[in-house]
Amino acid sequence: MSGYFSELISGAESLLAGLGVTLKTFLTRPVTVPYPRRVIPLSSQARGRVALVRENGAFRCIACGMCARGCPSRCIDVISEKVADRKGKILTSFKYDISKCSLCGLCVESCPAAAIRFIPERGRTGFSRADFMLDLVFLEDHQ
Amino acid sequence: MTDSTREFEVYRFYLNLGPQHPSTHGVLRMVLGMYGEHVVDIDPVLGYGHRMHEKMAESRPWPMFLPNTARMDYACALPHNHCYVSLIERVNNIMVPDRAEYLRVITSELNRIASHLLWLGAFLLDLGAFTPILYAFDDREQVLDILEHVTGSRLTHCYFRVGGVSADIDEKSIDLINVFVRRMWQRFDIYDKLITKNIIFIRRTRKVGIILPEMARRYGATGPVLRASGVAHDIRKHEPYSVYPEFDFKIATAKKGDAFGRYLVRIEEMKQSLRIISQAVERLPAGPVRADVPKKIKLPSGGASFSVEGARGDVTYYLVGDGTEVPYRLKVRSPTLSNLSLIAELGKGILLADLIAVLGSLDLVIPEIDR
Amino acid sequence: MESDVFTNAETVRLVMALVLVFGFVFVNATVMTYLERKLAARFQGRLGPMEIGFQGILQVPVDGIKLLAKQLMVPSDASGFLFRLAPLIAFVPVSLPLLIIPFGPKLQVLDLDVGLLFILSMAAFNTVAVFVAGWSSNNKYAMFGALRSVAQNISYEIPILLSLLAVALIVNSFSMQQIVFAQQSCWFILVQPIAFLIYFISGLAETNRAPFDLPEAESELTAGYHTEYSGMGFSMFFIAEYTNMFIVCSIATVLFFGGWRGVPLPFGDYTHALWFLGKVYFLMFVMIWCRWTFPRVRFDQLMNLAWKYLIPFSLLNLLITAAVVSL
Repeated sequence: MSGYFSELISGAESLLAGLGVTLKTFLTRPVTVPYPRRVIPLSSQARGRVALVRENGAFRCIACGMCARGCPSRCIDVISEKVADRKGKILTSFKYDISKCSLCGLCVESCPAAAIRFIPERGRTGFSRADFMLDLVFLEDHQ
Repeated sequence: MTDSTREFEVYRFYLNLGPQHPSTHGVLRMVLGMYGEHVVDIDPVLGYGHRMHEKMAESRPWPMFLPNTARMDYACALPHNHCYVSLIERVNNIMVPDRAEYLRVITSELNRIASHLLWLGAFLLDLGAFTPILYAFDDREQVLDILEHVTGSRLTHCYFRVGGVSADIDEKSIDLINVFVRRMWQRFDIYDKLITKNIIFIRRTRKVGIILPEMARRYGATGPVLRASGVAHDIRKHEPYSVYPEFDFKIATAKKGDAFGRYLVRIEEMKQSLRIISQAVERLPAGPVRADVPKKIKLPSGGASFSVEGARGDVTYYLVGDGTEVPYRLKVRSPTLSNLSLIAELGKGILLADLIAVLGSLDLVIPEIDR
Repeated sequence: MESDVFTNAETVRLVMALVLVFGFVFVNATVMTYLERKLAARFQGRLGPMEIGFQGILQVPVDGIKLLAKQLMVPSDASGFLFRLAPLIAFVPVSLPLLIIPFGPKLQVLDLDVGLLFILSMAAFNTVAVFVAGWSSNNKYAMFGALRSVAQNISYEIPILLSLLAVALIVNSFSMQQIVFAQQSCWFILVQPIAFLIYFISGLAETNRAPFDLPEAESELTAGYHTEYSGMGFSMFFIAEYTNMFIVCSIATVLFFGGWRGVPLPFGDYTHALWFLGKVYFLMFVMIWCRWTFPRVRFDQLMNLAWKYLIPFSLLNLLITAAVVSL
C-alpha cells in the first residue's frame, strides 16, 4: 500500500522531468540545416568519387591497369594506346562506373604512380544508367 | 481433445510480423502463433537479406573482400573491418605500428557509440516515443562527421588495411573528437531525465524478456545481451587484441537480464567508450600509420580465427587458406544470429507489445544475420 | 403541441449553424495538423514543414488536395457498406457537440439543459466507429487495433464521467453556459485540481493520443484500425480525432478554466471567443507536448491505470465534493 503512493509521486515527477526536457529543446534553436539553401561543406577527406591526379598539366597515370585489376567491383576500365616515339603507354580513356564503386580505396593504394585519389564530390544525378559511367579523362579535360 | 485444447485451437491465429514491418530492424519475418494478445509460438524466417558474402570471399583474392566486411553489419562496420584485417595479420605475422593501433581503437569506439545511439533511437521508436531518436541522431551526426574526417566514409567504412590504417588523422579531427567527447558527457543527462527515469519506459522494460545466464550461454548470446544477465564477458578484456590492454575501462553489466538491464548496459558502454577515446587521443603516439607489407600475400594452408568485440557481441572470422591468394573458406560468426536465436524460447507466452520491446532490446541488424 | 423550438427561423438558424460547425471542424483540423507538425518538429529539434508557403503554411491544404485525389480502395473481402460507413460514424457524432459549446456569452447555438451529458454521449460514439472500422477491414492488424480501442475507450469513460460530475455537483446544472456563469469568482481549476488532472489524462486516452495511442500503434501494428483506409477515408479519422481533441479541451476549458471568461476586450460579447479559443489551443498544445515526449503505455498497464488509479481517485473526489456541497 505504501508503494502505491510513493510510486505515484515518483512516476509523476519523472513524467514532469521528461516534459521539461522536451520543452527545453522546444525553446532552443533547431539543429536542422535547411539543405540546399544552406550547405554543410564536406570534409576534404570525404570519399565522393575517384579522380585522376595531374602533374604539370598531364595525368600521372601510366596506364598499368593495377587499379582495374584490384577493384572488387570491377568498375574501372583503363584504355590506353601505345605512341610510337614515347616509352610506355598513354592514357586515352579511364572508364569508371560510379554506380558500382563501393569507395573502398583499394585502387587508390594499389596505384604505383599515385595517379588516382578521392575527391569529396556528392550529388551526382542522372536520368539513366549511362549517366553514371564516367570517363575521367573526358571529365577532367572538360572541367 | 480436451475442452481447453479445443478452445485454444479455436481462438488461436497466426500473425505474420512480415518482412516489411515498421519495427523489425531489417527484413526479418516472424510467424507468430497468437492466443489473444499472447504469443504462443515464434518461428523466425530468415534469409530475406542473404547476399552471399561468404561465397564472395571464396571467389576473389583476399584483399578484395575488405569492402564486404563493412556491409554485413553496417551500423558498426569498423569492428568487422578490424577482425578481418587482424586475422590476415595474425596468419602472416605482420606487426602493426602503434599509431595505427591507436587509430583503430579510436575509430572502433566511435563506431560503437554511433551504433548504440542508433539502437537507442530505434528502441524508443518501437516503444512509441518519437523524440529520443532525433536527439540520438543529433549526437550520431557529430560522430559520423568525425568518422568522415578520419576514414572518409560515414557508414560503410573501408579504413583499415593489413599493416595499419589507410590514412592518418589530422589536427582538425582530433579537435572535433575532443569537442564531441565533452559534449556527449552532458547529453547523458538528457537521456537520463527523458528515458531512464521515465516511469512509462521503466514499466515497459523492467522484468520484460528476462534472459538468465544459463540460457544466454546455451544459445551463445554475447555482447550487451549476455552482459545484462550479469556475466561480465567482454572480448576486449578476456581475449585482448590490439592495444585495449593499455586502456582503463570497465565492463558494463546489469543484474536482472531484462530489457531495462540491456538498456542500462548499452548506456554504460557508451560512457566507457568515451573514456577509452579520451585516453587514446591523449596518448596518441607518433609514427607511421601503415607497416610495409609485401604487395602480394598468399594465405598459408590451414585455419585461423580472430575475435573482436562488436557493438552487438562477439564477431569472429574463421579463415581457411590453401596457399593461394583466394581463401578456401571464410566463416563469419554473426553475433546477432546467436542473439536472435533466443527469441523462440524467450517469446513463449509473452505479450505482443512485450515482444516488440524484447526484439528492440536485442539490437538486431538483420543483414548481419543473413550476410 | 406548440413548437417553441422548431419555428422556421430556428430551423434556418440551426441549419446555418450546422454548416458553420462542419466548416469549423475542417478549419480546426487544418490548423491542428499544421500546428502538430510544426510543434512536433520543434520538440524534436527540427524545423517542420518549410517549403510550401511561408514556414510551410500551405502544406496542409496541399496535403488535403492530395488525399482527396487518392483512390478510395476497399479490400475485396471487407464488408463494403460498414467499411465505407465507419469514417462517417467517426466524423459526425464528434462534430455535433460543437453546437453545445459556448464560444462566448452570446455565441452558443443551443444551450441544452443536459449539454454536458449530450457531449459525453456523443463522444462515446467514437468507440463504435473504431470498432466498425477495424472489424470491417478484414485485417488482423486492424482487428487488433479495434479491440484494444474498445476496451480502452470504455474504461476511460468512467473517470471522465466521475470527474465531470464533481463540477456538475458544484454548479448544480449540466448546462454549459451555466457552468461558465458559475465561475465568476474563481475558476474551478482551483477548486477541483484533481478532477482536472484525471479528466485530462482520461481525455488523452479517449482521443487515442499518446501515450495511450495503442489502437493506432504504428510500430507494432502497422497502422492499427485504419490500416486499410486510404485517401479521404483515412483523413476522416484524423479529422475526427482532432475534433475530438478540440471537444475534450473545450470541455476542460469550460468546466475548469472559466470558458470564455477573461479580461474584457472591445466588442466584449463576441471577442470573448478569442479567450476561449486561446485556452482551448493552449490545452491542445499540452496534449501535443505529451504525445511527443512519452513512450506508449502497454495495454494491461493502461487498464491498470484506469481501474486502479483514476477511478478510485475520481470516486473519492466526487464523494468529498458531494459531502462539501451538501454542507
